[in-house]
Amino acid sequence: MERIKAIGIDAGSTAIKVVGINEKGNIVFYKVEPTSFQMKPQLEKIIEELPKDVPIGATGYGGDLISNATITASEIRCHSKGAHLFLKGPGTVIDIGGQDSKVIVIDQEGEVIDFTMNDKCAAGTGRFLETTAWRLKTPVEEMARFAEKADREVQVSSVCAVFAESEVISMVAKGEPMEAVIKGLHRALAKRVASLAQSLNIIPPILLSGGVAQNPVIKSMLEEELKEKIIVPPYPQLMGALGAAIISMESKTKVTNR
Amino acid sequence: MRSLIKKLKLNTLKTAVTFKSCWNYLFFDIPKSWRTDILAPPLRIGVKTKELITKHYLEGMYANGIKPVAWVTSGAPVEFLKALGFYTLYPENHGALCGARKVALELCQEAEKNGYCIDICSYARTDIGSALSGKTPVGRLPKPDLLVCCTNICQTVLYWYQVLAHHFKAPLVIIDTPFIYTEASLPDVEYVQKQIETAIETAERIAKRKLKFEKLKEVMRLSKIATELWLEVINTGKNIPSPISAFDQFIHMAPIVELRGEPQTVDFYAQMLKELRKRVKKGIGAVIKEKKRVLWDNLPIWYSLKLLSETLAENGICVVTSTYTYAWGELAPMIDPERPIESMAKVYLHPILNRGTGDKLSLMKRMVKDFRLNGVILHSDRSCKPYSVGQMDQRAKIVQELKIPAVLIESDHNDPRAFSEKQVLNRLKAFMEM
Repeated sequence: MERIKAIGIDAGSTAIKVVGINEKGNIVFYKVEPTSFQMKPQLEKIIEELPKDVPIGATGYGGDLISNATITASEIRCHSKGAHLFLKGPGTVIDIGGQDSKVIVIDQEGEVIDFTMNDKCAAGTGRFLETTAWRLKTPVEEMARFAEKADREVQVSSVCAVFAESEVISMVAKGEPMEAVIKGLHRALAKRVASLAQSLNIIPPILLSGGVAQNPVIKSMLEEELKEKIIVPPYPQLMGALGAAIISMESKTKVTNR
Repeated sequence: MRSLIKKLKLNTLKTAVTFKSCWNYLFFDIPKSWRTDILAPPLRIGVKTKELITKHYLEGMYANGIKPVAWVTSGAPVEFLKALGFYTLYPENHGALCGARKVALELCQEAEKNGYCIDICSYARTDIGSALSGKTPVGRLPKPDLLVCCTNICQTVLYWYQVLAHHFKAPLVIIDTPFIYTEASLPDVEYVQKQIETAIETAERIAKRKLKFEKLKEVMRLSKIATELWLEVINTGKNIPSPISAFDQFIHMAPIVELRGEPQTVDFYAQMLKELRKRVKKGIGAVIKEKKRVLWDNLPIWYSLKLLSETLAENGICVVTSTYTYAWGELAPMIDPERPIESMAKVYLHPILNRGTGDKLSLMKRMVKDFRLNGVILHSDRSCKPYSVGQMDQRAKIVQELKIPAVLIESDHNDPRAFSEKQVLNRLKAFMEM
């Protein structure tokens, strides 16, 4: 393995993402694992396995739990730093995570100009697809494949991730084809995220990150809704961790003895 | 004292009321763990604030039968009641006190148990819960002989006071203030003036005395001076570093709301201003190492003042002022003691919540310029819809036109269930990095 110069950990609500970068900022190592309900011991175990004497940047909901982090930064800043590597200039980052969706407008240097996030509602997040996928006994990774097969879409309410479950069940019970229902679910999520993005003065190009960015149907629907082309970077789920690693490398702070 | 309390069957939350506990309990504690590393020592006037508010609620406990009692909305024309010798109680202030004392949730749940929906304003739920259960951290609230409800702050008060009127079987006076966008027209003023005149007649009947015009003029004069002093207190924030933060203002605003028109309030703010001017002279900032200065929009989050003030201060951010506290000072020039009723009508037509969202945006822009601020925190308050409507656009305009960061945080002024600490701090962290 190439020598790791810095590590970034994005301890999210759904998954913990770890990234190691070389001095050029390229990803040389990464790891993604689902977040357990006991995050602290899980994080400790992950850190145990990482190379020592390397600066660690931490972010995400569990970022503060990483006591030996060189630096902790907000998810907003980390995502913009990570995305800037691909945008290479001003632009917009749309991140659809497990429980959070965020839209960040960045400038030439990758600094945040403005941002917005979903508030106490999961309907515009990955959880919306997850809960409904579980209800339909379909792996969440397969959802896009079903949606692609649909020849039409059923309108699903985007108001609540919890009530969408029962709505979906009743639609299937009424005889709607599963593919059309799943496509409708994708549309509801995409519209919700698009309206979040449109509440800001977004500037192209748009980069889509977060676990949900791996879903090609969401990407194309967002392009339709926003009437802009969307870039999906390789490893879209790692943007936050990548940003954290870059920030820790940039920070002049001494690495504490670990 | 204890036996007296027993005899009076005081309903209290958690502990029995003694004079000392009243003293310590009321409004806020000077925190034992005050963070002197990031904040200047608490203002000395704090002792006086506690004293004034303690006395006010103690007087309230024994007011029935001695003085006529009126319960009033925070934006009600209170001066004629003061001139008629009424003891006035502000359910909203009592609600804030319950919020700061962290007992509001229990009272909200009392209201919810009786069928009041969780979507109703948390001040209303706190107050109705307190009225229904008799629980309050101040010992006992006096029963109202009169309810005065002015619609210049919201429409919720209209229904809330009808509930109170039904519960206490007390007469209700409604003063309807038409919504104005920027400035009231002459017919608006005449319309409100007529209603105040009718309200005075009702109040006279309940107080069993005639309003002395000279006395009313005197109360108006005291109101004006106190309001002017409060505005000057806020304006000391224009200094860099600011000797006062909005968090200080949230606490020390109690007298200007609750005890307007009284001589002691004038003395209080004169003394407070003196203390702040001393701080300015010595270059003492409310936040040690003030690096950024920001504006707060909307009501405070009463139950997490300490958390927010410390989180921001740790990062060298001073919340210099707020549109909320400013609202109790900005109308001072409008008060004309020589024409008390007409100017009352005019003043009570113009509070921030009775003006348009565009007007609020201009005020915010002006404040950013005058107080030399570098950011805005907008609290989207689930309970206060009239204050929160328009905030999305106001935020966007501030970012675009003033080129400063602005963040919207979703919470509630009195119901801690609507406050998600991690979410709020997450957004504030990103805001602080900008």
